[in-house]
Amino acid sequence: METMRFNLESGQVESTAGKAETMILSMGPQHPSTHGVLRVVLELDGETVIKASPDIGYLHTGMEKLSETKTYAQVLPITDRTDYLAPMSNNLGYIMAVEKLCGLQNEIPLRAQYVRVIMVELNRIASHLVWLGTHAMDIGAMTVFLYCFREREQILNFFEAACGGRLTTSYFRVGGLPSEIPPDLVPRIQKFIKEFPGRVDEYETLLTKNPIWLRRTQGVGTISAQNAVAIGLSGPSLRATGVDYDIRKKEPYCGYEKFEFRVPTRTEGDVYARYLCRVEELRQSQKIVQQALDGLPGGPIRADCPKYVLPDRNKMKTEMETLIHHYKIITEGIHPPVGEVYHAIEAPKGELGYYLVSDGGPKPLRMHIRGPSFVNLQALATMCEGRLVADVVAVIGSLDIVLGEIDR
Amino acid sequence: MNLLREVVDASVALVKGYGMTLRHVFRPAITENYPDVLPKFEERYRGIHELQRDENGLEKCVACFLCSAACPANAIYIEAAENTEKERFSQAERYAKVYNIDYGRCIFCGFCVEACPTDAITHGHKFEFAIYDTKDLIYTKDMLLVPDSRKEKGRKASDQAA
Repeated sequence: METMRFNLESGQVESTAGKAETMILSMGPQHPSTHGVLRVVLELDGETVIKASPDIGYLHTGMEKLSETKTYAQVLPITDRTDYLAPMSNNLGYIMAVEKLCGLQNEIPLRAQYVRVIMVELNRIASHLVWLGTHAMDIGAMTVFLYCFREREQILNFFEAACGGRLTTSYFRVGGLPSEIPPDLVPRIQKFIKEFPGRVDEYETLLTKNPIWLRRTQGVGTISAQNAVAIGLSGPSLRATGVDYDIRKKEPYCGYEKFEFRVPTRTEGDVYARYLCRVEELRQSQKIVQQALDGLPGGPIRADCPKYVLPDRNKMKTEMETLIHHYKIITEGIHPPVGEVYHAIEAPKGELGYYLVSDGGPKPLRMHIRGPSFVNLQALATMCEGRLVADVVAVIGSLDIVLGEIDR
Repeated sequence: MNLLREVVDASVALVKGYGMTLRHVFRPAITENYPDVLPKFEERYRGIHELQRDENGLEKCVACFLCSAACPANAIYIEAAENTEKERFSQAERYAKVYNIDYGRCIFCGFCVEACPTDAITHGHKFEFAIYDTKDLIYTKDMLLVPDSRKEKGRKASDQAA
């Protein structure tokens, strides 16, 4: 009997006479385990995936183009909304790219750098907690989700205390920080950080040796180190294949070279290895925050550079010259020299790079985001082929993608 | 033997997991009962804006347009006017005759507050402003301006006297 099927490449309906019968299944975009609006077009032979092709663009908001119409300062809130689980990392990546463009990278005061590290590492913990909770829930472990969000809530409260925003932080500024952190914040983070390793133990008790978890993750979605590098995988997904690459170690920024921490790697390259890597990263981030809090230096929080950096608020209210700088920076924006820069940081999901082109004007001529989620998603096809449909859910969860960043 | 070990390991892991959840039953709940109990915000929480007054009850805003220049979403609309001897609204020469914030556009980034040289615009802690019509999202000056504390006091005193 002749049946018809839809050919993905040509977009035509074809006869399947003389071919093995396969079925096209559209998973998403409104599927809870595709973490947003990802659509995966699966070609199935029974329950086995023959081909998995991600179809993206459902959340496209034109952020890169939009940033060409805003001044350098005004682009910052847009970066919150790319990877909305790691707004601090996105703020930092963008701000450091602008600082590089202005030649300010060596002018940032030590205190500002330490606060940046604290916030970004707390954000890494928060982002990994959302990943762990949702990933476990996709596979069927509901409890971990609730525990993870309990801790994440505390971190969001710290963000709220520091800058007023929970999800859309818009925190860092060119040259440093917009304001001093509130005095009671450091002891509060200290308390949280002391309790946190115990909390990670709780998650691990529920998952790491759980037989159901092991069956669902071990040997699933395997990728070789060679393939991972070829695709451009970065972050914990890459390190789970045995490639020891972490930008915090290889090209330290923000004073990461001062902190002692280990970059966890595994060799298996499966879903379970990615899980173990990220859980260990939770512990390592906790160590970094602890060291940064212990060694938090005093001093200014903003570089003294009236051409690019907003002046101190108290000085602005009393000194005429400073007030003029304040007016000029806000009304005209900053004018970085002509040139182009790329700056990459280690975001929770991998290498997050910002590429900026300046024509000397107050607005970027071009901004491009190298989002880790977008590149990591390319590995989905390799990881899913030959596996079962249920494994696709596990693989998508383990890649830790955020569609805001993929579609931009 | 291998199978036996696997069964034992799995059982131990499961029992430990259940023990963990069981312990949580006896911990105090952290759930917030919103909307019955309103959440407590941090001091810097970025909610609906407030236009402040100075110690004399005059508006702090001097209509310098810095907030609307800083706004990435073009949410702030201002019309300035001159203060006169008869009608004085602010300490300086000018005051904001019209001050609208369109909450359909505002993204609560806090750039206006950072830009304001007179601390006139600040973030309040109000956050519930869901409505049925988008044009009701445009907040005008009288909705944003904090009440004059001296007038309030005066009114209370007269109420008591009456």
